[in-house]
Amino acid sequence: MTDAVPRVAIVGAGPAGAFAAASLWRMRRDVEVDLFERLPTPWGLLRGGVAPDHQEIKRLDDTFDRETLARGCRFFGNVEVGTDISHEELMRHYSAVIYATGAQTDKSLGIPGEDLPGSWAATEFVAWYNGHPDYRDLVFDLSPQRAVVIGNGNVAADVTRMLVLSPAELERTDVADHALEALRESQVEEVVVLGRRGPAQAAFTSAELRELGRMDGVDVRVDPEEVELDPLSKRWLDVDGTFTARKNVQLLREFAARPEDPDARRRIVLRFLRSPVEIRGDGRVDAVDIRRNQIVQADDGILRPRPADDEIETIDCGLVFRSVGYRAVPLPGVPFDERSYVLPNDRGRVLTPDGEPLPGVYAVGWIKRGPTGILGTNKRDADETVRCLAEDIAADRLPTPPDPAPERIEALLAERKPDLVTVEGWRAIDAQELEQGSREQRPRVKLASRDELVDAAREATGVAAR
Amino acid sequence: MTYIIAGSCIKDDSCIEVCPVDCIHPKPGDPDFETAEQLYIDPEICIDCDACVEACPVDAIFPEALTPDKFEYALELNAEFFVERSTAERTAIP
Repeated sequence: MTDAVPRVAIVGAGPAGAFAAASLWRMRRDVEVDLFERLPTPWGLLRGGVAPDHQEIKRLDDTFDRETLARGCRFFGNVEVGTDISHEELMRHYSAVIYATGAQTDKSLGIPGEDLPGSWAATEFVAWYNGHPDYRDLVFDLSPQRAVVIGNGNVAADVTRMLVLSPAELERTDVADHALEALRESQVEEVVVLGRRGPAQAAFTSAELRELGRMDGVDVRVDPEEVELDPLSKRWLDVDGTFTARKNVQLLREFAARPEDPDARRRIVLRFLRSPVEIRGDGRVDAVDIRRNQIVQADDGILRPRPADDEIETIDCGLVFRSVGYRAVPLPGVPFDERSYVLPNDRGRVLTPDGEPLPGVYAVGWIKRGPTGILGTNKRDADETVRCLAEDIAADRLPTPPDPAPERIEALLAERKPDLVTVEGWRAIDAQELEQGSREQRPRVKLASRDELVDAAREATGVAAR
Repeated sequence: MTYIIAGSCIKDDSCIEVCPVDCIHPKPGDPDFETAEQLYIDPEICIDCDACVEACPVDAIFPEALTPDKFEYALELNAEFFVERSTAERTAIP
């Protein structure tokens, strides 16, 4: 294997996969890298997660393109590893496979009524407004006047902003057309955001929190009593608190001191130390019951919320978005840690149940470390995995694939997946979306169904008339 | 003048790599790096060389004078970060 060119398949073309491909090329110029992606489009949550009104961040796609596809990395889109091609088959064609599949499902709250119509995982809403083709047919009834967002992280902040942005502001983004249409007609006037812990523990970044307080025609309400810190949180903030936590508390105090804006179009209400106990409704959501928490110090020293009393407060609402985190799903043919929801790994080397490295199998991103960190976290995470891979290449520890010719895998995929999307196909999709965007003075107009995407890709590659 | 980093920072460390005066913090390996929501530029040290602007993949860095209104707050924020722990302390040899 020493003389052969190492061939690496990266499964998942999101940020972690893209950073891994870029990192591989920085460390080893001689490798061949192919990116596998189950959608017809690359860049994962950069396209399908980052909120449409955060276009600056979406510019990272230029860097990803320049450092991967433009350097000759092949793209095999619309191919699902585990369904269209198995792990074992990949190992016949590649010396190494890096899994970068992320965390594809959401955590549940474990309370009654969670599955009532009108109660949604925030991730479903996010995928829908971002034009993820698997979610375009969801129908969000935005006729209720009040929505409740459960959770205090940046996804909760994104969902809240999307619910209160004005149509004029939405029109300047690349929000999916079907979502733009629905949001234009939205009757939602108030969004209540519930945090189970206090203001000092809110997981928002201060940038996202600040943004909530600066939205045009939107009033942000915080009860001054709820931003009073308990002694434990106060001490924590002074001694161990992060710069962000201090900023958050400062911002929330400032929000709490603001007078009510009688002319506001819409309203955001941030609640703290409140946990949902039940989502209620007859056939669909019409209220959320919440309970008050207090902060206690657990035996491990960590500050946690605990129910303060038995009193129940009812918030009438017709929509609930549950935003309490992502969770990874097992992948066929590779080990999975059922407790931590990651591929068991040591610095990115995937381990067998005995704890031994599985030769040629690696993990990067959320499937490696769990759903934490921000975009740039994946860069260093990818460097760590790729350093292990580079060491294994140098030490001749990779398996020898029996069928390594690069054209063989492409032929196999083309035969099995007539609507395979390659780099040329993606470039055609991208060009069409950007062109339509410039016609409408928007950053991009997304093609939001698999058929539209695949058709755009086919037209370019000249296989339309088959 | 100084340059400032605004809220769209993704903590990609490209700017740190190109900064000639080591004024962008926290750096990977620093105790507060993992919990930091963005990187900050120390206005006392920045020499306005523009290298970080070129390196940033998401255009999150601006010269003070050209900072868009919505990121106005970031001037104070960047400076404030170094009040808690200065660049001198951050770069001191232990």
